Amino acid sequence: MRTEELSVRFGAEAAVDRVSCAFYPGTLTAIVGPNGAGKTTFFNLISGQIRASSGEVWFRGKRITGLGVAARTRRGLGRGFQLTNLFPALSVCENTRLAVQAEARRDFRLLSLASDHHDLNARAQAILDHVGLAARARTVASALSHGDQRKLEVALLLALRPEVFMFDEPTAGMSVDEVPVVLDLIAAIKRDRTKTILLVEHKMDVIRALADRVIVLHQGRLLADGAPAEVVALPLVREAYLGQGSGHG
Amino acid sequence: MMRLLSNDRPGHWLLALLLVGLLLGLLAAPFLFPGTKALAVAARIAIFIVLAASYDILLGYTGIVSFAQTTFFGLGAYGVAIPLALGASGWAVVAGGAAAGIGASLVLALVMALLSLRVRAIFFSMITLAIARFAQVLAAEWRGLTGGEDGLTFTVPRLISPAFRLFPAPLLGLPISGPVIAYYLILAVSLAAFLLMLRMVNSPFGRVLQAIRENPFRAEALGYRTILHRALASVLAAGFAALAGAMMALQLRYTNPDTTLSFSLMIDILLMVVIGGMGTLYGAALGAALLVLAQYYLEPLLAALARLSGGVPVLPALFDPGRWLLWLGVIFVLVVYFFPAGIAGTLRARGRAA
Ligand SMILES: Nc1ncnc2c1ncn2[C@@H]1O[C@H](COP(=O)(O)OP(=O)(O)OP(=O)(O)O)[C@@H](O)[C@H]1O
Ligand SMILES: [Mg+2]
Repeated sequence: MRTEELSVRFGAEAAVDRVSCAFYPGTLTAIVGPNGAGKTTFFNLISGQIRASSGEVWFRGKRITGLGVAARTRRGLGRGFQLTNLFPALSVCENTRLAVQAEARRDFRLLSLASDHHDLNARAQAILDHVGLAARARTVASALSHGDQRKLEVALLLALRPEVFMFDEPTAGMSVDEVPVVLDLIAAIKRDRTKTILLVEHKMDVIRALADRVIVLHQGRLLADGAPAEVVALPLVREAYLGQGSGHG
Repeated sequence: MMRLLSNDRPGHWLLALLLVGLLLGLLAAPFLFPGTKALAVAARIAIFIVLAASYDILLGYTGIVSFAQTTFFGLGAYGVAIPLALGASGWAVVAGGAAAGIGASLVLALVMALLSLRVRAIFFSMITLAIARFAQVLAAEWRGLTGGEDGLTFTVPRLISPAFRLFPAPLLGLPISGPVIAYYLILAVSLAAFLLMLRMVNSPFGRVLQAIRENPFRAEALGYRTILHRALASVLAAGFAALAGAMMALQLRYTNPDTTLSFSLMIDILLMVVIGGMGTLYGAALGAALLVLAQYYLEPLLAALARLSGGVPVLPALFDPGRWLLWLGVIFVLVVYFFPAGIAGTLRARGRAA
């Protein structure tokens, strides 16, 4: 997956400014940058939530810049959200089942009962076990703690079995003991060695532990790109990013 | 039993009781409450259960606010009425007319969905309002075809015509006349249609509709092309509404803009779904029964109360039958106050909490 001179302007300001960058299977790329750097907007451009002003997104050799959100997901782009974006009145189990069902392309079965699709229900259950939400399966999503909502977000992404995982600050706002749970889930995807993983993250220790590569966005521009140790050491990164405080966004 | 209900448990003993009561009441209505009025009211309840449930698929399950549900109801009714009023007769004509009305509804719903589901929700609602109004004007003005404001009166097949008797002698005290047969046919079709809709909302497709209602952006991000689901939901809802309209025509033996296309009818449907509980389908059934019963029996009930309280000051004026609409309003406010999520919705939530 790669972007080519990808840009979007909101008014006069370019939120993402001519970013060209390729991402590879088996690699976890951390995306860092101060608040408002354009990280989430960059994700929105890749997953199709907003349309690019100019530039292209390529995925598996095809240009996908003109495709809608659903079409991109169906091709294997898995987008996670920074702000909680679930089905609030539906149960945890049903949230996950919906993602499993989407991946199985069974959305136009009208005359069978959802409860009879035992394979899907079993898969949803297995995913909830995996992310540690099995005990909360019957709870409605809106009643979950913030940390559990973040875990459910990861569960939905796993259910889609994407080629590309995009995590947007998956651990933000989580309690200290919950953070490792989510990081372990990401590490498990990484161990697969076939998935392309993009991770927006502020915490340097997380980046050091997980990232194979770090790119720095600043005012919409790609400022640096390289191995974690190198990038963190760059003076202009210290100035642009660390200099502005490593506050959580 | 639960499979017949698509494993959709009522979830609260009172809701189950109300539903069983409604079903038994409808099944036994001609025997329990003889007379043409009771029969007409019972048939209307059965038909409006289908109509309100079809609307609940849109409003309660998918979160689409449309005001054109009566348009499809009218298409079904006129589909049956027009050929019969032109002098054709027989069940084949009824079936053909209903099929034409339902077919026209499916096409219209599809066109509306594809043209306008992409626009913002509020504009879509406005467009449906315009279409509903247009259908009303068309039915009133195209006299040659629709009979204008007066509508069409016609003869139904002999089996369900008033003069027909199935047996020479009454059964359990009730002469099995054409209207009684018509009632049981309508009840059977309504029940089948309701169970079919119940299955659809509990299918994988129905789950996607709920997802769209809850969070359309996330549904899209999961890979659901929501425009297709919303279009199909609109088409299905239109089809069931047209089926209800065809039954209404047969039951009334006349069709006019007032009985099928009026805006007040649309408001009734909306109230049925909201009072019963959106997104439960059972609620639409209860809401339909409650509203139709109130519309037909609140006035006589008030008259009786006014007579009973004859000597007491103030009360007779309070129970003046002319004030039945006011009382209907009071009942609605109370229902909405005590059942904020509608009757079925609130009972279900209590059942879950317990
Ligand atoms: N839909 C939008 N309309 C207008 N401006 C926007 C929109 N989305 C983002 N922006 C602006 O684009 C810039 C980049 O925002 P973005 O959310 O991508 O930053 P971020 O790097 O994800 O920040 P954070 O670390 O706070 O999540 C900000 O200045 C923001 O105000
Ligand atoms: Mg962000």
